[in-house]
Amino acid sequence: MLTLDGLSKTYKTGDSALSDVSLTVPKGQIMGLIGPSGAGKSTLIRCINRLVEPTAGKVLLGDVDLARLGKAELRRQRRRIGMIFQEYALVERLTVMENVLSGRLGYVPFWRSFLRKYPAADIQRAYQLLDRVGLMDKADNRADALSGGQRQRVGIARALAQNPELLLVDEPTASLDPKTSRQIMRLLTEICAERDLPAIVNIHDVPLAQQFMQRIVGLNAGRVVFDGPPEALTEAALTTIYGEEDWNAMRKGDAEQAEAEADARARMEAIA
Amino acid sequence: MTEIAHYSEVWRHRTPRKRLFMWMGWLALVALFVWCWQLMTENTMWYFVLDAPRQAADIGGRMVPPRWSYLPELMQPLWDTINIATLGTIGGVIMAVPVAFMAARNTTPSQTILRPMALFIIVTSRSINSLIWALLLVAIIGPGLLAGIVAIALRSIGFVGKLLYEAIEETDARQIEAIEATGASGAQVLSYGIVPQIMPAFWGISVFRWDINIRESTILGLVGAGGIGLKLQASLNTLAWSQVTVILLLILATVVLSEWVSARMRQAII
Repeated sequence: MLTLDGLSKTYKTGDSALSDVSLTVPKGQIMGLIGPSGAGKSTLIRCINRLVEPTAGKVLLGDVDLARLGKAELRRQRRRIGMIFQEYALVERLTVMENVLSGRLGYVPFWRSFLRKYPAADIQRAYQLLDRVGLMDKADNRADALSGGQRQRVGIARALAQNPELLLVDEPTASLDPKTSRQIMRLLTEICAERDLPAIVNIHDVPLAQQFMQRIVGLNAGRVVFDGPPEALTEAALTTIYGEEDWNAMRKGDAEQAEAEADARARMEAIA
Repeated sequence: MTEIAHYSEVWRHRTPRKRLFMWMGWLALVALFVWCWQLMTENTMWYFVLDAPRQAADIGGRMVPPRWSYLPELMQPLWDTINIATLGTIGGVIMAVPVAFMAARNTTPSQTILRPMALFIIVTSRSINSLIWALLLVAIIGPGLLAGIVAIALRSIGFVGKLLYEAIEETDARQIEAIEATGASGAQVLSYGIVPQIMPAFWGISVFRWDINIRESTILGLVGAGGIGLKLQASLNTLAWSQVTVILLLILATVVLSEWVSARMRQAII
């Protein structure tokens, strides 16, 4: 379980990116974080694993306050948090397998990682994960030889290799086409359900968020302005988050969604 | 849209102030050229210049035909030259790598002390020509191959260090961030996040420097640092022009070959 308590971030420039954010994400919950550009979504999830240092507040993962840790202890705690990135952030010149195994870096000594001599259990687990995300045959391909959707699957496998207690997902579909986006979102939600894994997902695509998230938090100018189930995300709620716009027209325009749905169902049946 | 009755037909790329500065810049350049020309002609002995074509023809005449029988004698010094370049490059690269990591803003352990130190090493190495390094080293460790190798290595630190630290600074921060997020240690972030990204640059720079070093090491013999330059100096001193031709052609062939090898290797890497 993750609890944020009064989390604030003010950048050196004086810009306040987050002010007094308090949230609790229970085990197994997939929480979508929506809001306009610059609302602080990215800052929020980076404050949790401290890729960005919060200025005030607590980040409690279980009963450890991540905001107060020293360097070495922070590294150990980061292993508990898997992160998935917008543009995959794979190490492009390494193979798929090396990328997945890099999720184990926090667990192995330097010489093992340098010589690529990972423990047998780690390797077995990496293969298991690659199989789970459907990339078993790509293990020895270089990451930059894969398509966008495949790369994001590697990103997911890398995060899961950490054996995390929490997933931070930063715009996982921003660089993907609508169909691949839905496949990736489905994979993510399935995996979270399988492992009872909580996740915070930054997402700018509102229909996608409503379709896949169990709970939605809306940020505007660094403050939580909405917190509820996807059904409660009415036109009025969207206006408080984003400002005035014709929301119904936007939703209607999402026709390809149904098509992608059907396609994805067919794919799942083919696997089963 | 705003209500504008009349849109201007005039648009200029530069402001009048900028145009004035540009004109003044060009004027200064022309003035400098005229001044330099005067300085140059003032100190020229025209008698020698007028004599130049005849002298050139004379030396040219002595240079041909090349004395090909001299070639076997050059093979050992040529091999020395290639060794100076290769070993010097390897030594230089080994020393340049830590300097580059200290000089790059995103990897330096200390912005205030180590980074300026590393930059100073790079500048020092770059500002002193190999020939001058060799002169110093011949005086310090005596004439021979070792002085040549060390001279090439010291000169290479700056070149390789500078290009490599720029490559390190241009790495994709997201890939590094992703490795940090796994809980990796500093050394692991370096070896997984940064090293794979700079590998192509590293090999490209090293091979390129080796190619330059082949050319530089051919003249090191002039100051006694071994290699084919020694033979060149000996032939020049004895006015054996037909031997000079053979040496120059051999150097040309070696440089062409090394450039070809370096181009092929860089192609293979990228």
